[in-house]
Amino acid sequence: MLRFIVRRLLLLVPILIGLSILIFFWIHALPGGPAQALLGERATPEAVAQIRHDLGLDKPIYEQYWAYVRTTAEGNLGVSISSRRPVTTEIRERFPATVELTIAAMIFALSLGIPLGFYAAKRHGSAFDHASLVGSLIGISIPIFFLAIILKYIFAVRLGWLPSIGRQSVLINAEHPTGFYVLDGIVTGNWNAAWDAVQHLILPAIALGSIPLAIIARITRASALDVQNEDYVRTARAKGMSPGIVDRRHVMRNALLPVVTIIGLQFGLLLGGAVLTETVFAIPGMGSWLAQAIFNRDYPVIQGGVLFLAIVFVMVNLIVDLSYGFLNPRIRVS
Amino acid sequence: MGRKLKFSLVVVVASLALVAAAGAALKSNKATTTLVFGASADPVILDGPLVSDGESLRPISIIFQGLVSLKPGTTTIVPQLATSWSTSKNGLNWTFNLRQGVKFTDGTPFNAAAVCFNFNRWWNFPGPLQNPSVTYYWNTVFGGFHHPATGSPGPDKALYKGCKTAGQNTAIIQLTRKSGGFLGSLALSVFGMASPTALVKYKADAGTVTPDGVFQPTGTFGTQHPVGTGPYMFKSWKIGDKLVLVKNPTYWGNASSPSWSRSGKVDQLIFVPIPDNAARLQALETGEIQGYDNVAPQDIPTVRGNSGLKLVNRPPFNVAYVGINQSKPPMNNILVREAVAYGLDRAGVVNAFYGGRGQQTNQFLPPQLFGYAKTGVPSYPYDPDKAKALLQQAGLTLPVKVDFWFPTNVSRPYMPDPASNFQAFQASLEKSGFKVTPHSEPWRPNYLGDVQSGNAQLFLLGWTGDWGDPSDFLNVHFGSETPQFGFNNPALFALLKAADAQTDLDKRTALYQQASVAVMKFLPVIPYVHSTPALAFKSNVNGFIASPVGLDPFWLVSFGK
Repeated sequence: MLRFIVRRLLLLVPILIGLSILIFFWIHALPGGPAQALLGERATPEAVAQIRHDLGLDKPIYEQYWAYVRTTAEGNLGVSISSRRPVTTEIRERFPATVELTIAAMIFALSLGIPLGFYAAKRHGSAFDHASLVGSLIGISIPIFFLAIILKYIFAVRLGWLPSIGRQSVLINAEHPTGFYVLDGIVTGNWNAAWDAVQHLILPAIALGSIPLAIIARITRASALDVQNEDYVRTARAKGMSPGIVDRRHVMRNALLPVVTIIGLQFGLLLGGAVLTETVFAIPGMGSWLAQAIFNRDYPVIQGGVLFLAIVFVMVNLIVDLSYGFLNPRIRVS
Repeated sequence: MGRKLKFSLVVVVASLALVAAAGAALKSNKATTTLVFGASADPVILDGPLVSDGESLRPISIIFQGLVSLKPGTTTIVPQLATSWSTSKNGLNWTFNLRQGVKFTDGTPFNAAAVCFNFNRWWNFPGPLQNPSVTYYWNTVFGGFHHPATGSPGPDKALYKGCKTAGQNTAIIQLTRKSGGFLGSLALSVFGMASPTALVKYKADAGTVTPDGVFQPTGTFGTQHPVGTGPYMFKSWKIGDKLVLVKNPTYWGNASSPSWSRSGKVDQLIFVPIPDNAARLQALETGEIQGYDNVAPQDIPTVRGNSGLKLVNRPPFNVAYVGINQSKPPMNNILVREAVAYGLDRAGVVNAFYGGRGQQTNQFLPPQLFGYAKTGVPSYPYDPDKAKALLQQAGLTLPVKVDFWFPTNVSRPYMPDPASNFQAFQASLEKSGFKVTPHSEPWRPNYLGDVQSGNAQLFLLGWTGDWGDPSDFLNVHFGSETPQFGFNNPALFALLKAADAQTDLDKRTALYQQASVAVMKFLPVIPYVHSTPALAFKSNVNGFIASPVGLDPFWLVSFGK
């Protein structure tokens, strides 16, 4: 097990080197630069030249890349050109928002997707099964930003039930020791703040979780259909085991294996989908931050942010791989 | 019913209960003495001279005050921390008599020494802070630094020479040359007075330059301790979340002071960053914010149609124009430029694409600005026949080919829909003896760079003024030879230089009116519209007066029914 983990972590090194090269040369190949974003109409050729000089953008590209590698190797991801704040500080402040949103979306997707998929498999061919298929197709097809806007319009604007922006109401004074607002409210005993943060998560989580919900429901259904026809399930039933125990111990546990794989992949996709969700709901997370950085040609932010997300993505998939062994003792890593 | 289905139903019911409870909780969160305003981004830093973006300047103009200010809703210069001023006969020394009894919010006194401390801080900015992306306005207005870094302008190019005190309450600013625009530029909130004690204590200028050349401030003046003399003072700022300002309890003004120095009405101002236009509108509709700036043109009917909301117009202080590069023949011929002017259906474009929020113009300066010429401006109404006749008079064979550039993927305050503007102009020019070759390019990254480098023959562009002075419009564009416009007109350059140097307002106005007419005779551009940006508020927000230059007096805001 340890060797497996070490090997996977070592694999991170070439992945990150390759990724850093790709990101660096990709963003530097784009025309334009940060000067235009900073000064707009006032970006005279002289000002652009001065800014390029001060940022070292007039140096040969290999020199720029070497400076970037050197500082990154020291754990320094640079300073944002737009906000003039260290990229690591920005990540520390923004990553919890994205993780909190992603977890909320995943909780939404799992808590509905697994039961729906499982029930559809149990009622294979029924009206419910067909309805869940259509619902899943809609869930996968509907663009996140469109769903987000519709949800906001109904539940925030028309009904006034839920907030439409941010992570917490501006009039709430709360401490944020961890940056996870729900958790912060709980650990500081500020239940009002925790509840307020939960309210702010509901609509973004539904919008972001709609696609994983549909995928998880479909995968669960297909997997449960396969498993419930296996010999060992039939044998368990023939032994007189109650249907509930058969479902829980034999069908569900085995049917969840592919779902776990999907969760790992979906986590990465959710980080990508968070760009739109965070923008529409004005959540100060990693997604909206990176999207703005690409727009502004904020090179240190793009380089540092993408590299960080890549590490997170790889780590999540490693955890998913390790969780196979827990779910199914027959699978062992070596 | 299966257990799983039951479980799903429980989840759904629980969610609905959650939603209902959430709604009740949201409705209970109301405070009548807090104005929550939706910004499009966080400020960069709350230190005036180090920023040039509107989102930073908004709170800065509330926390800090300058020697002079602008009468709300206008560009008229009024006294602020200086009660009066005078210039020496040679126009090089400006003496400011300062308001007495004013204190910074850290309790230290505002006086002549504080004025000179601020000016000398800007003049002596270290190398990394001399970059135009950091100190754009000092670079633009004052032109140079005491100790220039490589590539930065030095004292030889600077307008500023020094600052002297004459007693506690008189400061004398010395200039290297006469400048009529100097006083108006001091109304820019970037030149607000900061507490010298706080600047030193919180290391305002300290920082490091990263290997990739970005200056990173290490002090906390601009992030946690901005100290000025304004009607509101800094309370807290969490980036991405909110910036909170509260009433300054020791503010020198009161409820009966002139509107530009009156004390605040609401207890606190909160600025919330909401980058997305649609999200800002929805947050206003839900009541999570009570106002926001730069309403998107497509959202204006929604605001108008909602009785709980209202629009506040910002006086137009911008111009959209068709630029002409005279280095690209036959645009060096005035007859051809006149033909372009007659061939552009400007009225049609303004009527069709500005939704009643555009004012057709006959000159480059907006009407709010002194120097706007009320008479003598040549008129170029849409007249295809006259345009063709002018082209023939210039000895050209019709149709005359022109390369016409326009930006894509952008909406500017002065030009919400560039492609539509272009298409209409293309059609009218082609009826007027021209053959237009369209040339589109995305605004970002490099439309502007290409136009400024002189690559475009005809192009759509515009400008929004920063401060109430015609030099920010006319001298910036036509005061010297540039690749963008490709002309050398010594008479126009001299006229604009003389106008800029003139310190007598009446004489200055006359010179700029003359220059405004001269520009429209020479035709380096064909201006066509001044547009009216809008802010949106809840209908119970009263007293907001939009400034043409973004110096919005939030201290006048109150809540009604």
